[in-house]
Amino acid sequence: MRKGYFGDFGGCFVPESLVPPLQELEAAMAKFLPDPQFQAELSDLLCNYAGRETPLTFCPTLSKRLGLNLYLKREDLLHTGAHKVNNTLGQALLAKRMGKTSLLAETGAGMHGVATAAAAARLGLTCRIFMGADDVIRQAANVRRMKLLGTEVIAVESGTRTLKDAINAALREWVVTQKTTHYCFGTAAGPHPFPLLVRDFQCVIGRETRQQMLDRTGRLPDAVVACVGGGSNAIGMFHPFVDDPSVRIIGVEAGGTGEPGCYHSAALGRGTPGVLHGEYTMLLQDRNGQIEPSHSVSAGLDYPGVGPEHAMLQATKRAEYHPVIDRQALAAFQALCHEEGIIPALESSHALAWVLDNPGQFAKGANVVVNLSGRGDKDMDIIRKELGI
Amino acid sequence: MMLIPFMTAGFPTVETFWKNLKELDENGADIIEIGVPFSDPVADGPVIEAASMKALENGVTLESILEGLRQRKGQFKAKLVLMGYLNPFLQYGFERLAKESQEIGIYGFIIPDLPLDEDAPYRKQLSACGIHLIALVAPNTSLERMKAYAEVATGYVYVISVLGITGVRSEFPPDLSDTLRRARKAFRIPLALGFGFSSPEQLDAIPVADRPDAIIFGSALIRHISAGLPVADFMRRWVGKV
Ligand SMILES: Cc1ncc(COP(=O)(O)O)c(C=O)c1O
Repeated sequence: MRKGYFGDFGGCFVPESLVPPLQELEAAMAKFLPDPQFQAELSDLLCNYAGRETPLTFCPTLSKRLGLNLYLKREDLLHTGAHKVNNTLGQALLAKRMGKTSLLAETGAGMHGVATAAAAARLGLTCRIFMGADDVIRQAANVRRMKLLGTEVIAVESGTRTLKDAINAALREWVVTQKTTHYCFGTAAGPHPFPLLVRDFQCVIGRETRQQMLDRTGRLPDAVVACVGGGSNAIGMFHPFVDDPSVRIIGVEAGGTGEPGCYHSAALGRGTPGVLHGEYTMLLQDRNGQIEPSHSVSAGLDYPGVGPEHAMLQATKRAEYHPVIDRQALAAFQALCHEEGIIPALESSHALAWVLDNPGQFAKGANVVVNLSGRGDKDMDIIRKELGI
Repeated sequence: MMLIPFMTAGFPTVETFWKNLKELDENGADIIEIGVPFSDPVADGPVIEAASMKALENGVTLESILEGLRQRKGQFKAKLVLMGYLNPFLQYGFERLAKESQEIGIYGFIIPDLPLDEDAPYRKQLSACGIHLIALVAPNTSLERMKAYAEVATGYVYVISVLGITGVRSEFPPDLSDTLRRARKAFRIPLALGFGFSSPEQLDAIPVADRPDAIIFGSALIRHISAGLPVADFMRRWVGKV
C-alpha cells in the first residue's frame, strides 16, 4: 500500500508549506506512540480524567421490540460528552511531547472544540478553535463551554459557514502558526497522517467493545453500527473488527431532510471521488468539481467528505453505509429517551435509527452494538425547534 | 525582472476578465497566471477567496475558461499558466485537460494542493503534452526538499515569500533572503517570488544578489480590479521599475 493511502483513498494533498509540519507529526507519532511512558500517561488520562472504560449498556425495552439484543457503547458518558476526547487527549499529549505550546482545531457540532479546549486546559496548552458561523449559532451552548475552558472561538464567515469552512480556516492558520502549534484534527480524515493518528486514538472504543461482548456473551457481536461524519467514532468502533468476517460493519450517514434533491451529508452513499482537505476520498461535489453544501439536522455529520479508510471499506465491501434522514434520527432520539432513559446526540441517533427502522436486516436474537458517540445536551436548542419541546 | 500577474478567471465579470487579460498582455506581463476558481481555496487569503466565489457565482467553469482561451488562441504574447486546486482539474479528466491545454498552447499549471509527494502521475501527463507543472516552495522547504523538486521541476519555480496564505503584505519576513538563497542553490530554472507584493519598493528590502528573476502579484491586482481601475495603470507601476 502506498504511504498514507487506504486502497486508492487518502494521500496528502496540501500546500507545500504544510508538508513539513505533517512530516514532523508523522515522525513524532513513530517516536512517541510506541513509548510505554506515553501510553501510560494517556491511559491514566483516559481512565481517571475522561472516565474510561465506558459501559456497554443492554437496552431491554428496545431489544424486545426489535427481536434482537441491542447494546450501546456509551461514549456519551465520557468527560465533555462524546468520543472526541479520546482523540484530543492523545493529540494534546503528543503536542506536549513535540514541544508545542498551543492547539488549533476546527469544530462542527462543537464537541471536538470542547474536547480540545478541555485537553488544552488540562495539559497547559493555549487553544484556538475555528467554527462555522452558522454552527456557532446552532451549537451556542458548546461555544460557551469552550470559552469557559479558556479557549478562543473564531466564527468563520466564509463559504457555507459550517465545518468544511472551519477546516479551511484552521488549515490557513496552521500555515502561519505551525512552529508553536499542533493542529488537533477532529476526525479520521484530512491529509496523512491524521486519518491514522485519529484512528489510533479512537480504536479504544472497538477494543473495549470487543472485550465487553466476549465477557458478557462469550462471543463477538453480530454487527457494529456507528454514525459517520468525518468517520472517527465509526472507525474507532470498526477497525478492531475488520479482520473478523462474522462481524457485520454498518456505517450510517446523514440523509438530510429526505425529499428528492435535498442537501444531505451522504458522501459515501451518494458522492463521487475527489480531493478535499488534503485527501482523495468520496465527496459531495458538482460535475465541475466544486464542493456542494451539505446538510444535516446534526451539525456533527454536516460535512461533504469522509475519511479515506471508510471510502476503502466501502470499495472493498467490508463495510456497508446507509443513509438516515433527519426525521428518522429525531424519532430514534425520542425512542431512546422514552424507552431507555438515555438522551443521545443527534449524530448518534442516526446510527440508532438505522437499527430501529431495519430490524429485519438482522437475524432474530442477533447481538447488535450501536456506538452511542455522544450525549444530547448540546442539541437542546435544535430539539426545541424540531420537536417543539 | 519578469512580471507575472495573477488574475481569477471570470472576475469581476466574465467579459471584464477577458478584456483585462488582453490588457495585461499588452502592458508588460511576461507570464499571466489565470486562477481557476474553487469552492475551497485553502492556500488563499480573503481577497482571492472572494474573487473565486464571485467567479463561481458568475458561472465560470474550467470548461468555459478553456473555451475562452481556445477562441483567443495565438492572441497573447505572454505565456499563460492555469493556477487552481486539484479537484476541478481531476473532475474534468486530467489527461483530457493536458491534451486540450496543449492544443490551446498553455505553458504550465500551478496546483497549490499538489506537493511533490503526490505530483508524479500528474506531472507525467502534463509533461507528455509539453506542459510545465510549476513547483512551489516555501520558507519552510528545506534545501534537500528543494533539490528533490529540482530533479523534476521545469518552467519556473514559485517561491512563496511567507509562511502564510495569499494576500497583500507591507513587509517581507526576515528569512526571505535565506529562502531565496536555498532556492537559487537548488534550482537551475528561474525563480518567481510571490505572496504579498503590492509595490515595487518592497524589492528594495531584498539584497540585490538574492533577488528573484520574476515577481508574481495576485491579491494587489485583484484589489485594484475590484476598485474598478484599469489593469494597465497597475502594470505601469511595475514596468521598468524592477
Ligand atoms: C456526538 C458526535 N458523534 C459523531 C460525530 C461525527 O464525527 P465522526 O464521524 O468523526 O465521529 C460528532 C461530530 O461532531 C459528534 O459530536
